[in-house]
Amino acid sequence: MSVAVVASIEDIREQARAYLASSLGQPVSDHLDVFAAGLANSLFAAQLVLFVEDRFAVTVEDDELEIASFASVDAVTAFVAGKTGVGGGH
Amino acid sequence: MTQFSLTEDQLARQGSFRGFVDREVAPLADRHDREQRVDRELVDLLAKEGMLASQIPAELGGRGLDAVSYALLHEEMGRGCSSVRSLLTVHDMVTETVRRFGGPQLRQRWLPQLLSGQALGSFALTEPDTGSDAAALTTRAEPAPDGDGFHLTGVKRWITFGQLADVFLVFARTPRGVSAFLVERDRPGIVVRPVPDMLGTRGSMLAEVELDGCRIPRANLVGGQGRAHPFVVTHALTLGRLSVACGSVGIVRAALDEATSYATARGTLRHQLVQRMIADMVVAGRAGRMLALRAGESIWARSPGAPMAATEAKYFCSRAAADAARDAVQVMGAAGCAPGAPTARLYRDAKVMEIIEGSHEISQSMIGMFRHRDGSLAHG
Repeated sequence: MSVAVVASIEDIREQARAYLASSLGQPVSDHLDVFAAGLANSLFAAQLVLFVEDRFAVTVEDDELEIASFASVDAVTAFVAGKTGVGGGH
Repeated sequence: MTQFSLTEDQLARQGSFRGFVDREVAPLADRHDREQRVDRELVDLLAKEGMLASQIPAELGGRGLDAVSYALLHEEMGRGCSSVRSLLTVHDMVTETVRRFGGPQLRQRWLPQLLSGQALGSFALTEPDTGSDAAALTTRAEPAPDGDGFHLTGVKRWITFGQLADVFLVFARTPRGVSAFLVERDRPGIVVRPVPDMLGTRGSMLAEVELDGCRIPRANLVGGQGRAHPFVVTHALTLGRLSVACGSVGIVRAALDEATSYATARGTLRHQLVQRMIADMVVAGRAGRMLALRAGESIWARSPGAPMAATEAKYFCSRAAADAARDAVQVMGAAGCAPGAPTARLYRDAKVMEIIEGSHEISQSMIGMFRHRDGSLAHG
């Protein structure tokens, strides 16, 4: 998997949206908590951390390992935007 | 991309691992099974050979094996003795957890001891009533009244090499969620009791670990408080599943060796029904190895697919091991069931592979519920 070029928060959102949709086999609305909805399990949480590190070239620190940070497209987007310092793209 | 042939270095390492296992491990396997123990001297020898936590990078004092070499080591060890392979499995899981989630002080203190074999690590997740379901565990870690540390209370059971371990990675529930702690064996408030006479991997010195208000300093917390489930547990189990997958391939090879040498000597290899069983072992062993190598490469590359790749490999390989061991006993008939027959041990050990580091049913649930959705079979 290659590192994504992240120019805006919408880039991040698109990447997160695409990864969650392909991994879960269905599009998910941006705010949906995929764990609470029963679409994903604990193994997938670890997978999402690896995805974020791999795709966006960031390191998820131990104290950032909160499942809430990876539970939805919105959450992943906010987390990565915070790590990379990328602002809004509109 | 999974490689289809070994490099010269990997071939050399494979030969070295094979020679070591043939000399130092396989001849002891029946004794380990019979006496239900592994000598501490063997742990020291494994450490001297750089076989403990061999995945730890050289810059941290480890051997820094690549994924393929790591898989080959665990396959050879599984071929020689599943109990010794299980020692590597749990010790590596503990050491890997300290490497990944331990702070600088914890790493500085424990990695040298774990790598040198001075401290043997044991993974204490499983409980009598909740099994290895980390989300449901009941061992409690209450914050100490003076604010420095925790008091751990609960019971862990079927802890591999718990009888021999110097330090346990204990998973317990704090007010902020499941957390992981390094717990030295000599702390007040710990009682370790042997759990003998298990069906298989009888040399793996299982123990029950009872914690009764055992005080642990905050410095022994591994990873953030409340972060152990799912992140720490999954990270450790992913490596553990790779090890079990590789060890299971080793069992397939051992079963194949036993069955073919017996069938050749008896002249039964000419029978097509025997050939069918031999063929299944050969093909399952090759397929399992490919899955294990693929999982290893994913883990080393920190690929998002690594946890699932390890689950798939462990699921397939453990089933292949159970099938191969059963068929090897069948090929040999009564001779395969005799006391001291390696096939009898392999048969019992292989059954355990279907249970540890995530049972078949857990694996099936993970793969069946989630993996079919992502088109991964179509895309590699």
